Amino acid sequence: MPVAAIIDATNRNPMHLEGTDLVAKRTNQEWLEALRGPERVQPLADLRAILVRGLRVALAGQPKVTEDDLEDFAQEALLRILAALDSFRGESRFTTWAHKIAIRVALTELRRRRWRDVSLDTLTAGKDADFLPETFADPSAGPEQQAVQQMVLDTLRRAIRQDLTDKQRRALVAVRVHGMPIEEVARRMGTNRNALYKLLHDARQRLQKALIAKGLPPEQVLAAFGMQAEVRDAPTKASKI
Amino acid sequence: MKAELEASELKRLVRDVLGTRSNEIDCDECLRQLDEFVEMTLSGQSAADAMPLVQQHLEQCDCCREEFEALLAVLTSVL
Repeated sequence: MPVAAIIDATNRNPMHLEGTDLVAKRTNQEWLEALRGPERVQPLADLRAILVRGLRVALAGQPKVTEDDLEDFAQEALLRILAALDSFRGESRFTTWAHKIAIRVALTELRRRRWRDVSLDTLTAGKDADFLPETFADPSAGPEQQAVQQMVLDTLRRAIRQDLTDKQRRALVAVRVHGMPIEEVARRMGTNRNALYKLLHDARQRLQKALIAKGLPPEQVLAAFGMQAEVRDAPTKASKI
Repeated sequence: MKAELEASELKRLVRDVLGTRSNEIDCDECLRQLDEFVEMTLSGQSAADAMPLVQQHLEQCDCCREEFEALLAVLTSVL
């Protein structure tokens, strides 16, 4: 029987759900064997139930999620999990790995829905480096700190205008000013989430280079903006691949 | 429509720019290691020290951060 048909059968037959209390007792190896073996109906039903319960928790804070949505996300996740069994390396519990896949499926779809009617062109029209405020209004900062803040702002504004590509600027505005998820920006730019992360990473590197060229120690910049120097890797310490 | 960064967003941009490293991992690589990272976090070990590249990616990427928090919530809850 094809996988989709088996999964569908587990969905229609509530009897299979009775076994779900036993699932915690499966080891990773037992999960893998059960899902690969000839008797897949029960383990699939168990896993489906686990995923639905997990998604209910994972998506508790998300608006407009129905029980049908949870079932659909679990269904899609099951198909992906079965297709990816060989990539499970046993570095976590099997169910943790499975929840991870279900969460990715669900949040990707919810982001798509939430931003469905938003066009990138509308969000980024006419914006170059103008999305940085003229000043960083902070009454608690002393004159020295204000001078550093201003220098950082001016440097960033110039670097955004001169050192970034149009594409990097548009992505930066969409993500930073409007909070659009990078995978939604990627969808609109005809690329994927990984590539968009890399695009923004490259943009950050260019901005970082511009700040470093000003000779301001990162700790001093952070302090001027009221932040602790908790950056794990100051630029001077960053290791090369 | 909102035209510019608010103060908190500007601070975040400054922090993220300064925290940029040459060897960041992408979202797929972060996801690949996320289950291990979350379990380590829950067991009280310092996942950030053991897996600094995942930690750094989660600080930079809101999508991956959201998925991390959701997974943490699932494992923390009594299922």
